[in-house]
Amino acid sequence: MLSLLPVQKLLRQLPAGPAGRPKKTAGGDTAEEVTSPVLATEAGQPTCYSALRAEELRPLATTKPMVATGTGPPPTLWRRHDDLKEMLDSNKDSLKLEAMKRIVAMIARGKNASDLFPAVVKNVACKNIEVKKLVYVYLVRYAEEQQDLALLSISTFQRGLKDPNQLIRASALRVLSSIRVPIIVPIMMLAIKEAASDMSPYVRKTAAHAIPKLYSLDSDQKDQLIEVIEKLLADKTTLVAGSVVMAFEEVCPERIDLIHKNYRKLCNLLIDVEEWGQVVIINMLTRYARTQFLSPNQNESLLEESAEKAFYGSEDEDAKDAKAEAASLAKRKPYVMDPDHRLLLRNTKPLLQSRNAAVVMAVAQLYFHLAPKAEVGVIAKALVRLLRSHSEVQYVVLQNVATMSIKRRGMFEPYLKSFYIRSTDPTQIKILKLEVLTNLANETNISTILREFQTYIRSMDKDFVAATIQAIGRCATNIGKVRDTCLNGLVQLLSNRDELVVAESVVVIKKLLQMQPAQHSEIIKHMAKLTDNIQVPMARASILWLIGEYCEHVPKIAPDVLRKMAKSFTNEEDIVKLQVINLAAKLYLTNSKQSKLLTQYVLNLAKYDQNYDIRDRARFIRQLIVPTEKSGALNKYAKKLFLAQKPAPILESSFKDRDHFQLGSLSHLLNTKAVGYQELPDWPDEAPDPSVRNVEVPEWTKCTSREKRKEKVEKPFYSDSEGESGPTESADSEPESVSEESGSSSSSSSSSSGSEEEDEDEEEGSGEQSEDKEEEEEKRLKRKEKEGSQKAASGSTGRYPLGRASRSPIPPWHPPHRSLGPSQLLSPAFGAVRTYELLHRMAGEGLSVEYCFSRRPFPGDPHMVAVQIQISNNTDAEVKSLRVSEPKPLSGMRIQEFPEIERLAPGDTVSVVMGIDFCDSTQAANFQLCTHTRHFYVSIQPPVGELMAPVFMSENEFKKEQGKLMGMSEITEKVTLPEKCRSDHAIVQQVTSAANVGRVPCGADNEYRFAAKTVTSGSLVLITLERREGAAAQLIVNSEKMVIGTMLVKDIVQALAQ
Amino acid sequence: MCFQQKMIHSLFLINCSGDIFLEKHWKSVVSQSVCDYFFEAQEKAIDVENVPPVISTPHHYLISIYRDKIFFVSVIQTEVPPLFVIEFLHRVADTFQDYFGECSETAIKDNVVIVYELLEEMLDNGFPLATESNILKELIKPPTILRSVVNSITGSSNVGDTLPTGQLSNIPWRRAGVKYTNNEAYFDVVEEIDAIIDKSGSTVFAEIQGVIDSCIKLSGMPDLSLSFMNPRLLDDVSFHPCIRFKRWESERVLSFIPPDGNFRLISYRVSSQNLVAIPVYVKHMISFKENSSSGRFDVTIGPKQNMGKTVEGVVMTVHMPKAVLNMNLTATQGSYTFDPVTKVLTWDVGKITPQKLPNLKGIVNLQSGAPKPEENPSLNIQFKIQQLAISGLKVNRLDMYGEKYKPFKGVKYITKAGKFQVRT
Repeated sequence: MLSLLPVQKLLRQLPAGPAGRPKKTAGGDTAEEVTSPVLATEAGQPTCYSALRAEELRPLATTKPMVATGTGPPPTLWRRHDDLKEMLDSNKDSLKLEAMKRIVAMIARGKNASDLFPAVVKNVACKNIEVKKLVYVYLVRYAEEQQDLALLSISTFQRGLKDPNQLIRASALRVLSSIRVPIIVPIMMLAIKEAASDMSPYVRKTAAHAIPKLYSLDSDQKDQLIEVIEKLLADKTTLVAGSVVMAFEEVCPERIDLIHKNYRKLCNLLIDVEEWGQVVIINMLTRYARTQFLSPNQNESLLEESAEKAFYGSEDEDAKDAKAEAASLAKRKPYVMDPDHRLLLRNTKPLLQSRNAAVVMAVAQLYFHLAPKAEVGVIAKALVRLLRSHSEVQYVVLQNVATMSIKRRGMFEPYLKSFYIRSTDPTQIKILKLEVLTNLANETNISTILREFQTYIRSMDKDFVAATIQAIGRCATNIGKVRDTCLNGLVQLLSNRDELVVAESVVVIKKLLQMQPAQHSEIIKHMAKLTDNIQVPMARASILWLIGEYCEHVPKIAPDVLRKMAKSFTNEEDIVKLQVINLAAKLYLTNSKQSKLLTQYVLNLAKYDQNYDIRDRARFIRQLIVPTEKSGALNKYAKKLFLAQKPAPILESSFKDRDHFQLGSLSHLLNTKAVGYQELPDWPDEAPDPSVRNVEVPEWTKCTSREKRKEKVEKPFYSDSEGESGPTESADSEPESVSEESGSSSSSSSSSSGSEEEDEDEEEGSGEQSEDKEEEEEKRLKRKEKEGSQKAASGSTGRYPLGRASRSPIPPWHPPHRSLGPSQLLSPAFGAVRTYELLHRMAGEGLSVEYCFSRRPFPGDPHMVAVQIQISNNTDAEVKSLRVSEPKPLSGMRIQEFPEIERLAPGDTVSVVMGIDFCDSTQAANFQLCTHTRHFYVSIQPPVGELMAPVFMSENEFKKEQGKLMGMSEITEKVTLPEKCRSDHAIVQQVTSAANVGRVPCGADNEYRFAAKTVTSGSLVLITLERREGAAAQLIVNSEKMVIGTMLVKDIVQALAQ
Repeated sequence: MCFQQKMIHSLFLINCSGDIFLEKHWKSVVSQSVCDYFFEAQEKAIDVENVPPVISTPHHYLISIYRDKIFFVSVIQTEVPPLFVIEFLHRVADTFQDYFGECSETAIKDNVVIVYELLEEMLDNGFPLATESNILKELIKPPTILRSVVNSITGSSNVGDTLPTGQLSNIPWRRAGVKYTNNEAYFDVVEEIDAIIDKSGSTVFAEIQGVIDSCIKLSGMPDLSLSFMNPRLLDDVSFHPCIRFKRWESERVLSFIPPDGNFRLISYRVSSQNLVAIPVYVKHMISFKENSSSGRFDVTIGPKQNMGKTVEGVVMTVHMPKAVLNMNLTATQGSYTFDPVTKVLTWDVGKITPQKLPNLKGIVNLQSGAPKPEENPSLNIQFKIQQLAISGLKVNRLDMYGEKYKPFKGVKYITKAGKFQVRT
């Protein structure tokens, strides 16, 4: 808190300075008046002041030049604004609100409302929350234009920054940082720094959002901002993660070193971050991975077997590290994937199932750029799914699929049909789908694709038809097998009614013919005839070029075509004219007898053409081909020049090599580098040191998801409420099993996040019943049992006066001397007494409470189970008036409280007994344990074996009673006795420790019998254990309380198995 | 000063006639004139659908979507994943839809203040802040007729005076303290058949896409788990963020704490190995005579395998070739309309009864002198089958934990035609 003081001081001083400026315009004292009320008032402002201010400020506004506004002549507008001002000055909130609404509507329509600034800004402290919000909207919009006046509002936000409510702090910071006034940069900087260490993660998130705003206002603050970013990157909450990575990307994307320590954490938090943050983090991590790991595809053949199996699914961080080290030490050729690389791939994969297309795309590009070839395939399914989405999404996804399908064709082949085109698709989508289909074409599927293309050619959408024809051309060049089929199909199209179709076919045929001209003179002849009809310039030019190039294959037709073209030369398009000249030159060289005059004629026409390109060409060609005295050495080579073998054009996708842009990026879509594009680096040759990512507490990597985390994290000192709802606060930063010593520090660290605590408290009540919790509870109990037995075993504490049986074997059964009735209750049998924890000393703030079932009859009431409670005061203060209060027993349950303990000195331990009637059920008894200062909610849950008391019976009585409890009341279970539990006394000890039962004498030596009565209802419980040969045994429990019987069997079996 | 600014800079809403009727800037103001580049592209595209979603201008990039006759044009200054912006804009449109019942120009203009408040909350400095409908509704209450009357009398506001605690919670999609007197949970399993049927009636491509839309009105913090009889059917699934992914991976059970109200729980695709039963067939005879200005049109729709359920809500739309002037048809069932401007024929058939198959038959008048149309138009069919999920997907059970009351649970199945096209 100390650091706050100078900040406050500075904040208080600052506004006064800049506010001095209006002084000059508005005149001396009034400005003083103007500023001071704003600063002085704590909540709201006296209306007299605001009225005065408005009066004074109006001239100030009028001095501003009027900016032309949308509608209406200025005078009316002026008057209307006047009336808005009046409304804003009124002291009725409803009028203010109305005025603000109208002003916001003006802003929304793009009309200028800047002259209202002074009238609006003073309402910034208005109590009405909606007015306030709208004023914020106005401020953020106009503050940049009216910087001086905007400063008047700053103090309000500064006050907001100190508000005890986190949401108000956050919103104050949000607006403050949105006001683009350079003079408040230092204030913003301080506010951000302070907010970055706020208790509330929401405020810290807002601080992360404010960083790029400040950076854009003043980039000189970069170094300081990086410090804040570094601090926030270490934050462990999902709420902050997305926002701070966003800030990182905007301020210092080059500082990749800041990521090292946080890399694993980001990977593990990813699934719980909000969707927009996920996109940003994934994109950043893609870049990071490219700089830190080796290409997984460098040794493809080796990769398949070795690396994959070794690391897939290995969860243990230590093992991983060891392996990584081993790998880096070995530095042998076979590629071994860095476990961190694997971690990233594994943790992003589930996000392919996000509903957000941007997230899916981000993961897809990550896999495309980072995953081994064999694994990239998983993204295809998800991308195909996006094709069902809005057409804009389809457009972007298809662009990326088109690029991917060139590199990794196999990936999309199974989904070929998903790219089939519907007549209702928009043209731009159709063309992209066509691109993908063409990329996917191979020898096996080409016939299907061509059949599909045939349908497309008859479409009404002519642009699409043209694209289809080009696609056919590409298929024909890529797949030699179908070249002839395609060519025939295209030739058929030459007689199509639509000129565009014909023209496009001509162009494509031209390209195809160039590959094998000799066989196709028929087609060339056919095309020559088309010159009469086709008007599309590109097509005409193509035909002319074809004839010129292969004039030797069509010696008769060529001169005739030239004749026709010479005739129409002047009316042709430029591109056609150039080809006419070209044709003429070629004919002159091959067949000068027939074409000499025509060539001369064409060249003469061209000489006087309007287009200088054509004039130039004509002059150049004339010099080249017509031998004159002056013509130089080139003349000899004219024929070689013109009739050289020309390589056939390669028809390739416009998406080829687009993948040097990061997929999914704007630059990739536009195929040009967009402003601010971060180049995707190439894989390094040598992997940088992987140990930079090691963090002291490696638990992160173990908890890859909500579920796992839930299972693994045991936090005995908090309520385990976190589990169910998928924690935002990743509590696993704390050591997993906290020892008692470190407990205090961890509890204090938890207080650093106020909101989480609140959340936890809320949930504590509601989440009690959840299953997971019970599981955890069980685990905890088990551990406690162990501890307890250990403690008991050590025996040195002497805390258990009853503990004589703790280790010593149960005393052998002595038949009582007196004959007692069958239902005579026996004194309790002592097994190992287990203690259970009621209140841990951390949770109890130093007060620790344990309980055990003493197995003595509760003195006051025979239907109650006696619970011995041991309370130790580990604090250094006296605990007073310890008592039980507000027991909330379930129906029928009764609790007999122990007498109030007046005082318990520090370090003292006291033992008391309380009675609970559990109604023969294992439901927990809930009550409050109170001290003079605190209340603790505690509950006691009895094991089923404690719900009964032993009875004495003779063998005959036992058999008689057993005979009555057959059928449904009998539960039989087979047991296998472990080695150490085969001796008589071991068996007896285990059974009596599991349940409070008495032994019944038995004639047979391979049978053990026990009997008890439930405490509440007195129902008999009879246990028979019959040993068979070896380890096998049979356990029979007879009781009319079937539930108790079943549970008892389970408990005994468990006890015997140990 | 030179600096970079990422993400969404400004947003313009433009109607079909090219008026910019709303603008919002998250950073410094960008002049409306930037939209001229958009108008240029729009003119070039002829068709609204073909305006490229991403346009590059000298100083900015424009990323736009077209929804409900409105263009949402956002201005970007630097590299940003285009899908990020597109997805966000759609989320904005969804929110308007959610708040005002429709996402139209009038609705937006009537509620301009709420729209502005929403946009303010949804983006901070151009980066998405609160996009969950539940959080937004805590911050800004949606308008209702009653509230607007009350507000105008009392001057109270739409802005929630409670603080948006949802933003802080672990489960941002659900608000705290939900209370209902009747606790209900409804699930609509909606499956759509996408298909392309070729001329001869054989299926070129067919697949089933499904969604489960839920309407959950449960008090408190219920924890639901929904299981299917045959979860293996679901090949590719995308989830609402509330669903626990691991649980699905390991047990194929949807386990979640639901948002309050209406939301889409999952969308899925049924694995392509399964053959898709096409519930209708179409017999068609469309021909244009050479050198005469008329043609024949004869279409019959009949039910196929549909497991004893009635096919209803059948509508056929056909984009006729440009040369078609008018159509004189008679329908044995339902009614048809032909729009001579857009050349769209719509036939509203209704329910198909197998005894008497609906038929539409008659003469097509062509422009005289125009060449006969190359291609027969393809027929787009819509239909609906109640009480049937065509994939056979069945919900097994819904369990609720964490709350004590007994909710009313309901599941409804419906099959629809998705992009169902018959080539002729």
